[in-house]
Amino acid sequence: MNETQEWTTVIKPKDKLWSIDFKELWNYRDLTTLFVKRDIITQYKQTILGPLWFIIQPVITVLMYMVVFGGIAGIGTDGIPQPLFYLAGTCMWQYFADCLNKTSNTFVNNSSLFGKVYFPRLIVPVANVTSNLLRFGIQLLLFIIVYIIYSITGCAASVNLYALLFPLLVLMMAGLSLGFGIIISSMTTKYRDLQILFSFIVHLWMYATPIVYPLSMVKGKVVAGIDMYTVMRLNPVTPVLETFKYGVLGAGEFIGWGWLAYSFIFMSALLILGIVIFNKTQKSFMDTV
Amino acid sequence: MATAIEFNNVSKQYRLGLVSTKTLSHDIHRWWTINIRGKEDPYLKIGSENDRATKADSEYVWALKNIDFKVEQGDVVGIIGRNGAGKSTLLKLLSKVTGPTTGTIRAKGRIGSLLEVGTGFHPEMTGRENIFLNGAILGMTKAEISRKLDEIVDFSGCERYIDTPVKRYSSGMTVRLGFAVAAFLEPEILVVDEVLAVGDAEFQKKAIGKMQNVSQGEGRTVLFVSHNMASIRQLCKNGILLKNGTVEKMGDVQDVVDYYLSSMQTVSDFNREGNGAVRITDFRIRNTSIALGEDLNIEIDIEALQNVEKVDISFDIKDESEKQVAHVASNDDDYQISHMNPGEKKTIHCVIKNVNLAPGGYTSSIWIGTHYIEYDMVLNCIRFSVVQSGDFIKRVTPYDRFSKVVLQSKWE
Repeated sequence: MNETQEWTTVIKPKDKLWSIDFKELWNYRDLTTLFVKRDIITQYKQTILGPLWFIIQPVITVLMYMVVFGGIAGIGTDGIPQPLFYLAGTCMWQYFADCLNKTSNTFVNNSSLFGKVYFPRLIVPVANVTSNLLRFGIQLLLFIIVYIIYSITGCAASVNLYALLFPLLVLMMAGLSLGFGIIISSMTTKYRDLQILFSFIVHLWMYATPIVYPLSMVKGKVVAGIDMYTVMRLNPVTPVLETFKYGVLGAGEFIGWGWLAYSFIFMSALLILGIVIFNKTQKSFMDTV
Repeated sequence: MATAIEFNNVSKQYRLGLVSTKTLSHDIHRWWTINIRGKEDPYLKIGSENDRATKADSEYVWALKNIDFKVEQGDVVGIIGRNGAGKSTLLKLLSKVTGPTTGTIRAKGRIGSLLEVGTGFHPEMTGRENIFLNGAILGMTKAEISRKLDEIVDFSGCERYIDTPVKRYSSGMTVRLGFAVAAFLEPEILVVDEVLAVGDAEFQKKAIGKMQNVSQGEGRTVLFVSHNMASIRQLCKNGILLKNGTVEKMGDVQDVVDYYLSSMQTVSDFNREGNGAVRITDFRIRNTSIALGEDLNIEIDIEALQNVEKVDISFDIKDESEKQVAHVASNDDDYQISHMNPGEKKTIHCVIKNVNLAPGGYTSSIWIGTHYIEYDMVLNCIRFSVVQSGDFIKRVTPYDRFSKVVLQSKWE
């Protein structure tokens, strides 16, 4: 009866809750890099401006914020020049939102591919999050250029040691968007309502995150008996964004290690939950998508 | 020999109809029964057999039901059956595209599946980029693809366009490139679905040749789905016939194909032409295998749906290479149905006398109509074979494949 050990593939209706085959994921690493390459190559094919769009989008967004929030509404920016303040927030948020939007449609967008061939489905959202880094990198470059221009003209923004947390912050943004994205994508295979609902929520989420206003502004504000400052900080994206803005701009004050740890734990739990749900879905989604 | 693939009581259930609010209520019911009351899935019991023609009495259907078989290592197995018999579902389960509802599938070795050519091709990328992408999707590593790149390009015959985006390719070229990548996959188990039915005749020949090399040369296990019985016979050793989601017959490929061809003779399985004023409802042939020079007996049931003045009947008999060898018509014998009222049914009996076609397999279409109107035509539905026996002719030399008819002769 040793024969059972020889089987290399066993296909059963249900797997254990946690049955991620990390070795398999590693075996398909070439596919991951090729997907990343595909996303990058094809994104702006047959456009005249090409990757310039990476820059045009945040520039226009920031100009818009300067007019609406900085100008008309008169919302302060913790004494940081408006373009820098908005650009820092937009770059980070845009990376998060792009990843989330793309990964949350993983199953629906790739159903024709997933219906024909097997590979670990998790590769697709991971490749999404990775390929979006290019866009993020270019926008970050824009931020640095603007930053240098302001430094030369001698402005208040001051980079400090917390800026060293930057790689961790990007990792957390990627983790959060991946976690949320794969959970949403797993839920939308059957009921498309959720897809519409979530794209709407992502839209509103931005306003619940300190991007167009500083977190310090929320301090002490109580709406309907709820302390908005606490609620804002419970948003797992807030600590990441605030730390970034504090680190590179010296805007406001450091949110505290506790909140950053909270955000990190939130991300880890979300990722684990997401992978479990995603894994459960990937086996049968072809029948319901 | 060792077993390479084992299906153990595998079933797959699908839900009919649309995913809608009812889906949600079923999901809630299912979740309630399994998780709260701790019972079995209530919808697993009620699935009905998968027969397209009958109206479903349940919302759930078994695309595959209790499939049980083993495939030896190095075997080339052809899977045949009508549309909807479950062939593709079976391959999908084996390729891990979707999971079984019950049962277990076990396999030894890497499974490479080819359910479509050019899966994941991106129209904006060049041929070369797509070779890498497609190869990786099929499970090859970058290094493997680089090593075989020249061969792949050469096999596809697209060398000139290899750095052009695939969207500029003709559909034929896309298919060739897709097949070329797949042809150089080297898994221990290869699963192929109907992909050879693409491209021009020359490329098909090349593709089948390549398939033959792959399956015979290196002791690889191949599962192959096709509607083309000629290529099934040519490529496979064993066959599995599926019918309505169950295994109807398995064994030597020649037997299984013969059984399939003779068992699927109902009118609704074939392609139809005509305006439908009169319909062919059924047909029977007394003997699917006749001795040289014997009579062929065919009975046809027809039913008029409109008033018609005249009905002629004829047969187009074709040989195995689809070349017409004879045309037999009712007016050859001055037989004609002069008038039919709507709803009227008739049974026609035809004897084709002394069939002296060269031994081999033949098919025939049934046509009913008049000089200028075609009422109904059932394409290639009659299958029969002529065998060399009886006393029509004493023949010692075997017939070569170009002989179409057998002529009696007198010598002095």
